[in-house]
Amino acid sequence: MNSPTLIQSTGVPFTRIYAYGAARGDQIVPNDDLIGPIDSSDEWIRQRTGIVTRTRASEGILALDLATDAAREAIERSGVPAEKIDLVIVATISNVQQTPSMAAVVADRVGANPAAAYDTNAACAGYSYAVTQADALIRSGAAHYALVIGAEKLSDIVDPADRSISFLLGDGAGAAVIGPSEFPGIAAPVWGSDGSKAHAVGMNATLVDYRDGDAQWPTLRQEGQTVFRWAVWDMAKVAKRALEVAGVTADDLAAFIPHQANMRIIDEFAKQLKLPESVVIARDIETTGNTSAASIPLATHRLLDEHPELSGGLALQIGFGAGLVFGAQVVVLP
Amino acid sequence: MALSKDEVLAGLAELVNDETGIAVETVELDKSFTDDLDIDSISMMTIVVNAEEKFDVKIPDEEVKNLKTVGDAVDFIVNAQG
Repeated sequence: MNSPTLIQSTGVPFTRIYAYGAARGDQIVPNDDLIGPIDSSDEWIRQRTGIVTRTRASEGILALDLATDAAREAIERSGVPAEKIDLVIVATISNVQQTPSMAAVVADRVGANPAAAYDTNAACAGYSYAVTQADALIRSGAAHYALVIGAEKLSDIVDPADRSISFLLGDGAGAAVIGPSEFPGIAAPVWGSDGSKAHAVGMNATLVDYRDGDAQWPTLRQEGQTVFRWAVWDMAKVAKRALEVAGVTADDLAAFIPHQANMRIIDEFAKQLKLPESVVIARDIETTGNTSAASIPLATHRLLDEHPELSGGLALQIGFGAGLVFGAQVVVLP
Repeated sequence: MALSKDEVLAGLAELVNDETGIAVETVELDKSFTDDLDIDSISMMTIVVNAEEKFDVKIPDEEVKNLKTVGDAVDFIVNAQG
């Protein structure tokens, strides 16, 4: 008996990002609102993090709601009819329920039902991971148009008395629509993980510990110095490799969009990469705070609003965070 | 060839100066990085990584918290040079 030959999918040769959308928390939270429980000062926070205010969402607004708002803007700006989107990926670490996914609900809310939809957990590298997945799935023919979202309500998982990370964090969502392209618009990724440093940043307890009364409500913590060293010097090597695999140099870049972890990391990172003066560096952290998976698309959205001349230029984006995980790629800005 | 204690101190003082602007002559062996020189944890890590490169030594994360004074760091680097 002859076995039939299976049909495998093939897609388009190139993809690109069509448009971005953004939604930040509705409350602007200045440093002075947070310094009491950590016995700190506005100056201390500014000097160590570059953060002046961060955006946080009011009670009753979920990460899901922010994701929906950002998605709607990205779809509208892209010109792609929502019903043509057949893949929705949400990168998040702060969904308040483990299932169902945010992505399935967002897909329905924005008119992309019955798109394939799932959440991905790669912390602050989540958006970069999701872009890599969307690009690969479209080029394989498994999907045609993708909606990629980074969405977080980190204020649900912070401890006001924690001096390691909580005061950095904000709420927001950034979205991008990705589809076929006449030219290469998303370069090969450099991505990976180092689980031997899983302890360096993450939740301080499990939900089971909490249920059993062995821990308070789990919140985020980090070993600042370990993360800082890794985030600057190890990630500078990743960023350089991302330029190499894209076939470009720092001189070809229009923008550098690192995960908005801390202004000191961004500044030191830029120094290590020896970026030319002409490269615009995203510094959205100053007024948005660190929004984990949402930070790169939020920062990109803002850069394009403030510098429309960057459209068509190359941006190096790099995310890095809990896992530890990292993801970087060069993209053409819409 | 391994550097002397004085040479390591001079090199380290330059790194501290690059990162913080603190005058090199202020960087003395008995000075505490945090209490006397007012160097925060992020600047400390930058100095550590630059010292690793300059002196070709490894300073593990768990060792950094033991380097309380300039002298601690100089001793560690001198010994680590092997």
